[in-house]
Amino acid sequence: MSTEKLQQTPSQTVGPFFAYSLTAAQYGYDFNSIINGSLLSDEMPGERIYITGSVFDGNGNTISDAMIELWQADADGNYVTQYPNIPISNINFKGFGRLGTGTNAEHQFNFTTVKPGSVKAQAPHIDVILFMRGSLHRLNTRIYFSDELNDADILLNSVEALRQYTLIAERKEINNTIFYHFDIHMQGEKETVFFEL
Amino acid sequence: MEIDYNVQPPHLYPEYKSTILRSPTQPLVPVAEMLKDKSLPAFGESAIGKFDNDLTKNARKDHDPIGERIKVSGKVMDEYGRPLRNVLVEIWQANSAGRYIHKAEIHDAPLDPNFLGAGRMLTDQEGRYQFYTVKPGAYPWGNHFNAWRPNHIHFSVIGHQIGHRLITQMYFPGDPLFEFDPIFQSVPKQARQLLISKFRMDWTDAEFALAYEFNIVLSGRSKTPFE
Ligand SMILES: [Fe+3]
Repeated sequence: MSTEKLQQTPSQTVGPFFAYSLTAAQYGYDFNSIINGSLLSDEMPGERIYITGSVFDGNGNTISDAMIELWQADADGNYVTQYPNIPISNINFKGFGRLGTGTNAEHQFNFTTVKPGSVKAQAPHIDVILFMRGSLHRLNTRIYFSDELNDADILLNSVEALRQYTLIAERKEINNTIFYHFDIHMQGEKETVFFEL
Repeated sequence: MEIDYNVQPPHLYPEYKSTILRSPTQPLVPVAEMLKDKSLPAFGESAIGKFDNDLTKNARKDHDPIGERIKVSGKVMDEYGRPLRNVLVEIWQANSAGRYIHKAEIHDAPLDPNFLGAGRMLTDQEGRYQFYTVKPGAYPWGNHFNAWRPNHIHFSVIGHQIGHRLITQMYFPGDPLFEFDPIFQSVPKQARQLLISKFRMDWTDAEFALAYEFNIVLSGRSKTPFE
């Protein structure tokens, strides 16, 4: 087989009108969603958590037409892709979620999941894939947890010390419910670290 | 090197005004090779509805949607030309009058009660997908005075690895709006033809639907190809 590479398909913006296809149920369109804001079913073992936050533009305003995807391991540190032969629609834990930021007044996302276990000696984390009108690319970042030992994490340590905090979600307990708050700043002093992936 | 900026648009492209406040100003942080191998989830056939890949039927109430019926199909591959099977391909588009059903859309063109404009399917064993739809119309947007988007279909693709996640737009050959559209123009000149579908007379459904081919190459981790 030839090793000559094909040219990759250029990326384009998701634009402002993805909702009725990619997040139709969340936005109330008449098309079911196979990916949504819940990364699990009710029977899934593990610590139940909510991941909340907003996306801010360079003026500090919240963005109402971003789309966020989360991808994570289960509480034991296993990805569904490591489960034997089971497609994502048939299992309790999906580990993959998607929400738009346009369905509440604060432009917040609010994912339901379990706290992931650590994977291959890395600190527990969730991969974040971000799209929005005004972004011509997929952007990749990561959520780490404020109550975990993150010091030895290989990826976090590849980020300059002063910016590492932009990847750490703050744990908050409100009425016995556990939230991790993770805001994404596109620009400015608190600009979130994005990875070359 | 996963992102090839000879082909990919920059993050900041000031002619597309929304990039000014929404693109990162700091360089992306490189990721160690060992961390790039992460797989993305596979989706089950059971998740896909019967008419999910036929936009002329999946929102049909009492008539077929108005517009020129077309078939859009192609292959999803990695950079070595290997077909990627079981890839989730999702699309969305304006109707034939250039109107999105989206609630925030304000363009004064008619909605079509028989057309939603959303579809999805999984690629088959050869990495192929195929949609039936109607050709989307052009529509104005607020980027600058009298800005119009060329006809396009939005594509979202979830491949096998974390680097395979792509959202893009497919265009139609010979569109006179190309030279006026900063979103299309953001792509380096030598790569723009990669976003333009190919008219395929030989793939038409005779006397039923014209056909366009749009192949998608995902930029995953550079594993050694099969020998
Ligand atoms: Fe569009």
